[in-house]
Amino acid sequence: MEREMKDMKERKPRFTSLSGIEIHRLYGPDDLKDWTPERELGVPGEFPYTRGIYPTMYRGRLWTMRQFAGFGSAEDTNRRFHYLLEHGQNGLSVAFDMPTLMGLDADDPLARGEVGRCGVSISSLSDMERLFEGIPLDHVTTSMTINGPATVIFAMYLAVAEKRGIPFDRLGGTLQNDILKEYIAQKEWLFPPEPSLRLVTDVVAYCAQSVPRWHPISISGYHIREAGATAVQELAFTLYDGLTYVEAAVKAGLAVDQFAPRLSFFFNVHNDFFEEIAKFRAARRLWAREMARRYQPKDPRSLQLRCHAQTAGCSLTAQQPLNNVVRTTVQALAAVLGGTQSLHTNSMDETLALPTEEAVRLALRTQQIIAEESEVTNTVDPLGGSYYVEALTNRLEEEAQAYFRKLDEMGGMVAAIERGFPQREILEASHRYQREIERKERTIVGVNRYVEQEERPIPILKIDPEVEQRQVARLSELRKSRDPFKMAGAVAALQEAVACGENVMPPLIEAVKAQATLGEICAALKEVLGTYREPVVL
Amino acid sequence: MTVATVPLRILIGKVGLDGHDRGVKLIARALRDAGMEVIYTGLHQSPEQIVNTAIQEDVDAIGLSILSGAHNTLFRRVLELLSEQGAEDIVVFGGGIIPNEDVPALKEAGVKALFGPGTPLDDIVRFVKELRTSR
Repeated sequence: MEREMKDMKERKPRFTSLSGIEIHRLYGPDDLKDWTPERELGVPGEFPYTRGIYPTMYRGRLWTMRQFAGFGSAEDTNRRFHYLLEHGQNGLSVAFDMPTLMGLDADDPLARGEVGRCGVSISSLSDMERLFEGIPLDHVTTSMTINGPATVIFAMYLAVAEKRGIPFDRLGGTLQNDILKEYIAQKEWLFPPEPSLRLVTDVVAYCAQSVPRWHPISISGYHIREAGATAVQELAFTLYDGLTYVEAAVKAGLAVDQFAPRLSFFFNVHNDFFEEIAKFRAARRLWAREMARRYQPKDPRSLQLRCHAQTAGCSLTAQQPLNNVVRTTVQALAAVLGGTQSLHTNSMDETLALPTEEAVRLALRTQQIIAEESEVTNTVDPLGGSYYVEALTNRLEEEAQAYFRKLDEMGGMVAAIERGFPQREILEASHRYQREIERKERTIVGVNRYVEQEERPIPILKIDPEVEQRQVARLSELRKSRDPFKMAGAVAALQEAVACGENVMPPLIEAVKAQATLGEICAALKEVLGTYREPVVL
Repeated sequence: MTVATVPLRILIGKVGLDGHDRGVKLIARALRDAGMEVIYTGLHQSPEQIVNTAIQEDVDAIGLSILSGAHNTLFRRVLELLSEQGAEDIVVFGGGIIPNEDVPALKEAGVKALFGPGTPLDDIVRFVKELRTSR
């Protein structure tokens, strides 16, 4: 029988996953020789959590549908938030513009042309108040994608809550605050790695004490993948970043169970359906095993990998944009079968501009159809026990562990970043992938096959060009109307606290309340913490 | 025929605050592999820095990558600075997330070519090679 199969002609000499893993014609018991369900799977909600972190998964509660949104001024984005909440979304996720991500005010010369373009512009506490106007911060959860200046933006959010009389222990949400992946992939940093790691740890410690329902870091593979990494690299670098944050917090004197239950992860979901599902399952098992081995936590929640997922922006095409709806559906289904806790589905127009309201609604409806029509939510980990999925899960875990060993040998992630190691690995993978597409070894429908000569244009979102001028005018007004002595005093106190190694959050909250702007605060922090230039890897 | 032996010098850069460098690095590598001298600026360059480097390095062309939506401002600023410095002979091209409707005005302003997502690297290499004959 085996010989007969060998003689059969196949479409390609070799079948590989998107990560380059060779895939066999058929998987069976031989592929799972040393594998036992007791050790490798367990039951959902129990170690090693391969099948999910909750016993009932989506039978108990569906994932959170959380669409990332932000553009123009705080008022523009506030209107989009209200729109999304009215259409059934149950969590908010803020996208900031490039100047905000880089810790610059809207009136900084380097911000010219960038204000409100790819996210919302936030320069001051007043902007933050307008952003959350009419939104009950004690009832919705808010995710904020901000890293370099994460502490400052978080201080603004807390100050808004304080002004409204909402106690911090009623606030729920997530601060991305994952600086390591900025050096690896997303490239928006303010300070050198070591002092940045210290700021991350300050947020972890502050939340453990004062904002107990908050997720202080969202350890993100999303951007690593978007920069060109394979699924294996995404898994390995992200989990290793996570271990680096845990180590830093433990070194700072925190007990692992004080903060590890609040760590969360953020993964990409790309086109290779089964590899992606295996990635989520391998991530949970690997995290549980590594945390147990390295830190022996008592609280089982310290072992559980909670995650958000987003469909792969880099998989979308500008050509035949309607096809992106289909890509996103397949990817979203993989995230659900992988057991994600929350999900963002990309809109079909995002290779052209920020999404229109219509496009975002369709993306949200995609999730609702999977959740409420497809019946895939009826049982937990429906693919558990599939020879193929279990073999892939094993393989991804093994390959990630091989990277862990290399990173350990280099002396940890910061040392590896300074040597350009993860950056180079990602660049090589992105180069390989691009060559495969150009040689048509991998198909991208509408790009290298099934190309149409005439593209039908779709409507796209336009950002009001006046936003920048209005933001600049507002800032100049703010600088005139605030108490300059109070502001300068608060910033000086902040610098002193940082220099003395105190937790940065309390003096930061005072500084934003004194109407010091984002740019002013970040400039003051740079004076104490320094700046960074990356090793160029080409 | 001595001209043909001198490789083209191309500045490839990220202008503005945008950190997305996957595409720009692939393009820098493809041009280098095609035998050109590539000067890669690294991230977070202001238009002033881009133009100063281009003049100092005596490049034939500047290729800029912008995915942050700031293309209308940043391309124009680079062209303006080149013209102020009397360096209009340096060709400017680019790529990134640039809506089709913004393309005609940018070309009108002097951007020689814009390459959107999904462009084969060979197309860009060919465009740059042809600069020699067209200049």
